[in-house]
Amino acid sequence: MLAFIFKRLLQSVVVMLTVALIAFALFRYVGDPINNMVGQDTTLEERAELKERLGLNDPFIIQFYRFVRDASVGEFGLSYQHRRPVKELIAERLPATLELALVSAILALAIGIPMGVYTALKRYGFLSRTFMTISLVGVSLPTFLIGILLILFFGVILRWLPTFGRGDIVEIGWWTSGFLTASGLKSLIMPSITLALFQMTLIMRLVRAEMLEVLRADFIKFARARGLPTRAVHFRHALKNTLVPVITITGLQLGSIIAFAIITESVFQWPGMGLLFIQAIGEVDIPVMAAYLVLIAFFFVVINMVVDILYFVVDPRLRVDKALVNGQ
Amino acid sequence: MTKLTLLQINNLEIEFPSRKSVLRAVDNVSLSLEKGDILGIVGESGAGKSTVGNALIGLLEPPGQMTKGEIFLDGNRIDNLPDSEKQKIRGKKIGMIFQDPLTSLNPLQTIEHQLVETINLHLELGENDARQRAVELLDQVGIPDPDVRVKQYPHQFSGGMRQRVVVALALCAEPNLIIADEPTTALDVSIQAQILDLMRGLCKEKQVGMVIITHDMGVIADITDRVAVMYRGRLVEHGATEKILGNPDHPYTQSLISAVPRPDIKLIRFPKVTYIEDVAEKNTEIDITEHWLGKAREYETAPGPLVELKNISMRFTTKPALLRKNRIFLDAVNNVSLDIHEGEVFGLVGESGSGKSTVARIICGLYTPVSGAINFAGTELTALKKQSDLDPFRKQMQMIFQDPYSSLNPRMRVLDIVAEPILFHQLAETRREVEIIVKDLLEHVGLGAQSAVRYPHEFSGGQRQRISIARALATRPRFLICDEPTSALDVSIQAQILNLLKDLQEELGLTMLFISHDLPVIRQMCDRVGVMKDGFLCEMKETEVLFENPAHEYTQHLLNLMPRLEGLSLEGLDMQPQPNQN
Repeated sequence: MLAFIFKRLLQSVVVMLTVALIAFALFRYVGDPINNMVGQDTTLEERAELKERLGLNDPFIIQFYRFVRDASVGEFGLSYQHRRPVKELIAERLPATLELALVSAILALAIGIPMGVYTALKRYGFLSRTFMTISLVGVSLPTFLIGILLILFFGVILRWLPTFGRGDIVEIGWWTSGFLTASGLKSLIMPSITLALFQMTLIMRLVRAEMLEVLRADFIKFARARGLPTRAVHFRHALKNTLVPVITITGLQLGSIIAFAIITESVFQWPGMGLLFIQAIGEVDIPVMAAYLVLIAFFFVVINMVVDILYFVVDPRLRVDKALVNGQ
Repeated sequence: MTKLTLLQINNLEIEFPSRKSVLRAVDNVSLSLEKGDILGIVGESGAGKSTVGNALIGLLEPPGQMTKGEIFLDGNRIDNLPDSEKQKIRGKKIGMIFQDPLTSLNPLQTIEHQLVETINLHLELGENDARQRAVELLDQVGIPDPDVRVKQYPHQFSGGMRQRVVVALALCAEPNLIIADEPTTALDVSIQAQILDLMRGLCKEKQVGMVIITHDMGVIADITDRVAVMYRGRLVEHGATEKILGNPDHPYTQSLISAVPRPDIKLIRFPKVTYIEDVAEKNTEIDITEHWLGKAREYETAPGPLVELKNISMRFTTKPALLRKNRIFLDAVNNVSLDIHEGEVFGLVGESGSGKSTVARIICGLYTPVSGAINFAGTELTALKKQSDLDPFRKQMQMIFQDPYSSLNPRMRVLDIVAEPILFHQLAETRREVEIIVKDLLEHVGLGAQSAVRYPHEFSGGQRQRISIARALATRPRFLICDEPTSALDVSIQAQILNLLKDLQEELGLTMLFISHDLPVIRQMCDRVGVMKDGFLCEMKETEVLFENPAHEYTQHLLNLMPRLEGLSLEGLDMQPQPNQN
């Protein structure tokens, strides 16, 4: 198992370096960094001097090395637009996005899995068919539309929920949280539902399909033939077997919840990283874009690592594979 | 009554309603079973035998339903109980064993977990006593080191051991009746013998009644006291095992028994198996001198054997690693040398994992051996590097695979499937000519020319295997490799296919490599046999000599395990092929 984790770590490093290379290329070759830093009236000599001082004349490898070295401690330089270190900007915005993603993920799992199980067990029930129809809507409607409809209904017509922002936040060290105030929690409701809806339907359909597959398996029939009560068969034997493939997809989806919160954040003016990124694109703020790219890749890599390790926990077949091979 | 009737089934009728019609899967079946007795229910696929088993334990697959009849267990009627009551009977009064031990256990739970769960459900012993009992049960079913093994997961057990665990699970609450649905079909002969021994022992010792559902006459002969023969949902015959096997009354039973490959005598042909609809017996003889299949046999006959393997070895990497010393290999074939002469049928027999299929794949070039040489008609194939040099030899050898369901492309019409090799090797001038050849081939394998326009899914397993044979013949091969061609088929279909292969082999003078795990089939088909075990070739001899005087220890062991089928009806089955009366 240690060897496996080590191997995955190695692969992760390769992935991160590749992403870093793209981010670096973006930073270095899209537009002229010097132009972005200095004003119109800077002379050519001053520009050349600045270029030399910043090391932009060094060989590619050395520049890339410097980029990776700085990036590994979170240093991505100054934002062109805000004139502040990118590190600070990200640290400010990160809690908002992570809190939103966390709530959405929990929502998606807590509702998606039971709904999937229910629709698999009561395949032809009225409620199952209703869920399936609604889920189709959830998959096919674009996120921004759902967000706008929610705002229209609960924000504008009913005036129950705030339509934008995070509400009041509490600072805990460098972290800012909206969990601790009523307005913060209220503000979370609509964006998190919007973000969760697609994942929820996806998870539900996945769980349903897997569950139907598992329920046809011989060991389920054998469990029934041993007289185990239906509840035990469904939840102790079937559900756990269902979750093995669900974990993979859920892991990837969690990554994309963080990465693609952009649309939801724009619709709800949520002060998270996605909003920062969208603004950075508008202003051609290359350092922010590069940092965002690297950070999201990092999230994906970490989540995938965790998923792989979870496999070991859930599925004993992977754990003792080695013993089996030796035994043969 | 001296003995108490354990199980009584009266006029059982089970229907599967569908949108268009109602399928009567079980029709008016009445059976009874005494304590300590073993009843076999035998029949071919679709006979409704598994449906009877499922009905007994109250687990009919929807939309199936019992429309008539009564089931009594220990004198109490059980078929009309509410679901919650039926559930209490399952496991406690009736235990069930399924076919495939590899999929019968929950892969994510330890054996102990599954045993304790079931024990506590029925006996309420408490955690510690239940664990104790779990270990005892494993010991009873013959699992070594039960206290260590009980903590392991299903995948750490071999197939036979898993079936023992399944038996232990079925025995958890000491049921009075055990239903075993094809309990040994997925197992090798030696494991099968062990499991059957175990089940018979438990049955007699604990005075448990057992219903064994199987298609295998060998199992029936080996273990059952009485047997019921089912055909298309009906019970055609029912009586003591010796009586049914030795002197069957019903024409279907006679036909079924005549189709069982005999382990004791070599027959020239299987007698006609007329009771099965499927296809007509092949009646067109091929005259090799005039027929297309005989045309352009430009091969020069080289002296010596047609196929010659010299010290062939093959290994697979089961665990890859960067460093060579960390890699783990499986030596699938170990230094095997054999030769196959022109016009002979050579058999390779062995248990699963013995490397027999690997040898076939090496010969036809699907695998490249690690070392050794293959000669075909005097040419060393292993020395040829270019694809185009190999093609003429590929054309001369063809393969028929085990699974008739996955070896045909479901999106191609039969015509295109059979025509493909003809077109590839450019054996015909025009498309029109190809079509005529294909239809003729289909005629010869007993399918009829009209089947050319249909798709594979419209055919049954036996018919599909006929399509595979037609496809293999389409390149006018001189060497045919059959890898377990009938092991997925019912016994009567198997008899038909084996007859067809025998006829074609004779008419076309084919050389054949016939691979099977089934010794009686090998005896019926082959002139010479090689016995393989763990990648080694143990023994190679004339078939009759091998069966009468096995020299190698392993061959003797295999022959000992072979179901004897003693007292099998000899009527109409002598060395001479005789048409059955029906």
